[in-house]
Formats: sequence, C-alpha cells, structure tokens
Amino acid sequence: MHSEKSAVAERDRRGEPGVGDRVLEIRGLGKVYAGGERALEGVDLDIRRGEIFALLGPNGAGKTTLISIVCGIVTASEGTVSVDGLDTVRDYRRIRPRIGLVPQELHTDAFESVWATVSFSRGLFGLRRDDRHIEKVLRDLSLWDKRKERIMHLSGGMKRRVLIAKALAHEPEILFLDEPTAGVDVELRRDMWELVRGLRTGGVTVILTTHYIAEAEEMADRIGVISRGRLILVEEKRELIKKLGKKQLRVELQEPLEALPAELGDLQVALLSEGHELELTFDANDERTGIPTLLRRLGELGIHYRDLSTRQSSLEEIFVSLVSERTEPRGAEAAP
Amino acid sequence: MSVGRFNHNGVWAIYQFEIARALRTLGQSLVAPVISTSLYFIVFGSAIGSRMREVEGVSYGAFIVPGLIMLSLFTESLSNASFGIYFPKFTGTIYELLSAPVSFLEVVLAYVGAAATKSIVLGLVILATANLFVDVQILHPVWMILFLVLTAVTFSLFGFIIGVWADGFEQLQIVPTLIVTPLTFLGGAFYSISMLPTAWQKITLFNPMVYLISGFRWSFYGQADVSVGVSLAATFGFFALCLVVVGWIFKTGYRLKS
Ligand SMILES: Nc1ncnc2c1ncn2[C@@H]1O[C@H](COP(=O)(O)OP(=O)(O)OP(=O)(O)O)[C@@H](O)[C@H]1O
Ligand SMILES: [Mg+2]
Repeated sequence: MHSEKSAVAERDRRGEPGVGDRVLEIRGLGKVYAGGERALEGVDLDIRRGEIFALLGPNGAGKTTLISIVCGIVTASEGTVSVDGLDTVRDYRRIRPRIGLVPQELHTDAFESVWATVSFSRGLFGLRRDDRHIEKVLRDLSLWDKRKERIMHLSGGMKRRVLIAKALAHEPEILFLDEPTAGVDVELRRDMWELVRGLRTGGVTVILTTHYIAEAEEMADRIGVISRGRLILVEEKRELIKKLGKKQLRVELQEPLEALPAELGDLQVALLSEGHELELTFDANDERTGIPTLLRRLGELGIHYRDLSTRQSSLEEIFVSLVSERTEPRGAEAAP
Repeated sequence: MSVGRFNHNGVWAIYQFEIARALRTLGQSLVAPVISTSLYFIVFGSAIGSRMREVEGVSYGAFIVPGLIMLSLFTESLSNASFGIYFPKFTGTIYELLSAPVSFLEVVLAYVGAAATKSIVLGLVILATANLFVDVQILHPVWMILFLVLTAVTFSLFGFIIGVWADGFEQLQIVPTLIVTPLTFLGGAFYSISMLPTAWQKITLFNPMVYLISGFRWSFYGQADVSVGVSLAATFGFFALCLVVVGWIFKTGYRLKS
C-alpha cells in the first residue's frame, strides 16, 4: 500500500503519466456544419487514462461529430481538444500516432486483402512494418484465416473486425469505437466486449459510443450522455448503478391516512397522493429491504391495503428523462 | 512515438497502395494504352502516314511518337491521380487518411508521386512499343526525361486537384475528355503547327498543350514549333500554378474536411 503510494508520488514528481490521470481534455467544443446545422455546443469532457468511457445518446446527438473532431476528420467551430496537454490540431503529428479510430460506417477498400489493408494502416500512422504485430492483431480478431481474402468477400461483421484491426495496427493508446456493436450479432458483440476489456487490461483508453444502455452498463467505467449536441451527464457507472439500486414500494391504502403514523417513523416511508399511498424507498442490493417490517407494522396498526407495486428507475428511464428534459425547454428558451 | 519531420512510412504506404492498385488492374493501366497506341500507329503511322510526306525531315510515323506519348501522359496522369484521391472520398475510407499523422503535402507527394510513376512507366512503354513500328531517335535524352517527368508530375498534380474538387465520377471525366484531349489534338500532337494556315497558327499559340508537345518533340528530333526555352517556361509555369492551387486547398481544407 505504502510503496504503491510512493510510486504514484514518484511518478507525479517526474511528471509521468499514470493510470487514472486525465489523458484527453475537451474544452468548450462546438461545431456548426457548413449547412448551418449546430451539431455540438459547449462540450467539456475529461477522459482518464486507462478507462472505458461510454458516450450514450440518440441518433443525431453529435457522438460521431465529437469523435471526428478529436480524430481530426472534422474541424471544430470552437473549442479545443488536447491529449496530455498537446493540442490535437497544432501537435497532430505527435498526437495522432497515439489514437486509433473505428468508424461507425463500414468504410473499407473493397478490393484490398485483409492483410494488405491492415499493414497499410500501420505504415500510414508512421510505424515500421511489423508482420508479427499484424499477425497478432488478426489472430486476436479471428481474422487470421481470412487474411488473404478481399474485403468485399467478407460479411458485415467481419468487415467491422477488419476496421478494428486497422485501428489497432499502430498500437494506439487511445481507441475510439463509434458504435462497435451496431448491426452485430450477439456472439460478435460478446467478442467485442471481450476485446475491449482485453485492451483496457493492456492499458488502452477506450471511448465508445452506443445507443444501447445495456452495453454502456456492461462495459463502461464511466458514462456520458449526449443529447442535441450537449453533454448533459457524466457519471461513474457505479454511481449510476447505485441510483438504480434504489427501488420504491408503493402501498395503495383502502382508507386514506391523515398523517404518517409515528410507528413507521424509523422506516424510509413517505405518504403520497393525499394520504392514499405509502411509498417505501429501499435499496434492492441490501439484504434487509424493510418490506417485511413495513407490512407487519401495517398489519399491527390495522391499516388495510389494496395493492402493492415496486418500481425501479432504470438507466433507460434516467436517460429518457434527461434527454426529453433537454428537448422540451428548447422551444421555451426560444420564447423571450 | 511521434512521426517526426517526415512521415516516410506513411508516404510509402500510400505510394505502395496506389502502385498495387495499378498492378491489380494491369490490363486497364498498361495493356489498354499500349493497344490504343498501336492502333494509332497502324492508322496514322502506316495507313495514312505512308501517303504523307516527311515532316521536316522526319517520317510521319516517327513524327507523331512524342505527341502520342504526351497524349497518354496527359490523360493517364490526370485519371490516375484524380481517381486515386477521389475514390477514398467516394468510399469513405478517406477517414483514415484524415485521422493519420500525415500532412497534406505528404498526401500530395504520395498520390502525385504514384500517379506520375505510373504515367512515366507508361510513357516509356509506349516509346518502346513505338520503336517496334518506326525508327525513333532521341537527340536530347536528358531533356526528354526532364520533359517527361515534369509533364507527368504536373498533370498528376492537376489530376489530384480535379479529384479533390470532383463530386461524382462524371466530373472526373470532364476535364480529360472535354478539355485536355481536344486541346492535345489541336495542339500539334499529330502535325506541326507550321502546317496550319497563318491565322490558325496565331490562335493555336493560345493552346497551352502546344508548348508542352513542342518541347518534348524537340528533345527527340531537334525541331520545335516554339522555342524550347518558351516550352520549358510554360511547363514550369503550369507546374507552379498547380502547386499554388494545391497550397490553397491545403490552407482551406477545401472539400476534404467538413
Ligand atoms: N457532414 C455533415 N454535414 C452536415 N451535417 C452533419 C454532418 N455530419 C453530421 N451532421 C449533423 O450533425 C448532427 C450530429 O450528427 P452525428 O453524426 O454526430 O450524430 P450521432 O450522435 O453520431 O448520431 P448516430 O447515433 O445516428 O450515429 C446531426 O444532426 C447530423 O445531421
Ligand atoms: Mg454516429
């Protein structure tokens, strides 16, 4: 414990990067496309070294735009992006060899062989030829048997693997996966998750976008929600899960109560709907939820109830409410 | 792990990629032009040429060799370079180029270098083919190579610009078929300007192809429609113009980034 701490201190003293430090810094990022459409507005985001960050958002939210700016495919209208303090525009020659991108669309060179296109990527990013590394990447992605095939003869899922292989050919430290599991079957999705975890173990920082909340929950250390070009939430997944862990038990009463009986004071109970309902909030992860206690006491107090229901606010719900919250005031903002 | 001042691995990767593309379509990139050149010889050189007198001391068949090479050089450089950069735009694979640590000038160098290499090889193959039909002399071989290389590079640059500008496959064809080929035919590829009526000679001097073809032919037979110095200046001028346009594209990111 002690030695670990001093190692960190030592690293800090030397200014060396360590796991958990900020590796990517996005400040005030905005984008207006040529057509006048605003795709991003005022995005601030820090990515930590070695984490898996999931960017969650509906269609057209700006996920691809954000990634494209970081990778240099789209020019920002305002704001800056830096990697370890180096500006991605000014210092692109130092930054880009460290970044890999798997695009959302299956853009491939149809006539090339798998081997050729993956080796090409390594060279393009400035690295010397290394057939052993390419072989390893292809084997990891189960592409080795297909290495001589032309890409156009591959299935969609295989093409996606080829794009991942291309992005890994130059051994990036930061990998962007733009909807890696879109249009991918369950098996390949599992493989993909395995791969991402493997990369993280190897110290690669992974930023992925997805529509699937389950995917974000499964994979990510942290989750960011983007809607209409704005980053509206960034949170540790554990925190979100904790919020999710909260459940409510609603007890519909036969006779309304005037006030909460003092006997229930030690429980997390509230009186709702003008006394027609009781609501108990409990943690589903706890061993003792408090439900039996509540029901026993209600029996002792002679309070009769008609119905019971439990509910949980899912990440899905949080997400939907966040996104719609942000959608509605727009119209209102427009009115003076 | 920075790429340093010059990303030679990156430039080499693109260059090889482009050359490999040509080798894959060897028929299209080499055999087809050779066949069409041979046809030119059979039609112009043998069938018609046998009835034509010599042009300033050179047999008609031999006279048209430099013009034929130039014609192929123009069109092949243009189509190779324009297609090379347009295709990634069309398929979307340009994302990789844009996200790679290569500068725009490195990209230009790789694409233009590859396209020029291909058309220089092609020019030499046509020259060899021509030698099978007629007796070709080269009085000034160094100048010949200089004109050959400079023209190939210039038209590859021009083609690169067209490829960046183009929005569809038809647009790739517009400049070669509607401008370059007609101007080449009218620019003395198959005749000497001095064979034209005086008024036409004057008008023809506005055709830039005249200068390129004339200089190249001079390096073969020592005869030219305009002085070699003017030819060389015109070739360099066109080269410089293309460089300026490429520089402007670089500055504005025109049509490559959104
Ligand atoms: N090249 C472009 N030119 C003009 N507008 C664009 C361009 N690319 C994206 N947009 C617009 O910018 C907005 C954000 O698009 P973006 O592709 O970043 O969304 P996204 O979150 O990736 O969506 P999806 O989940 O569908 O992939 C959209 O309204 C889109 O129409
Ligand atoms: Mg997208």
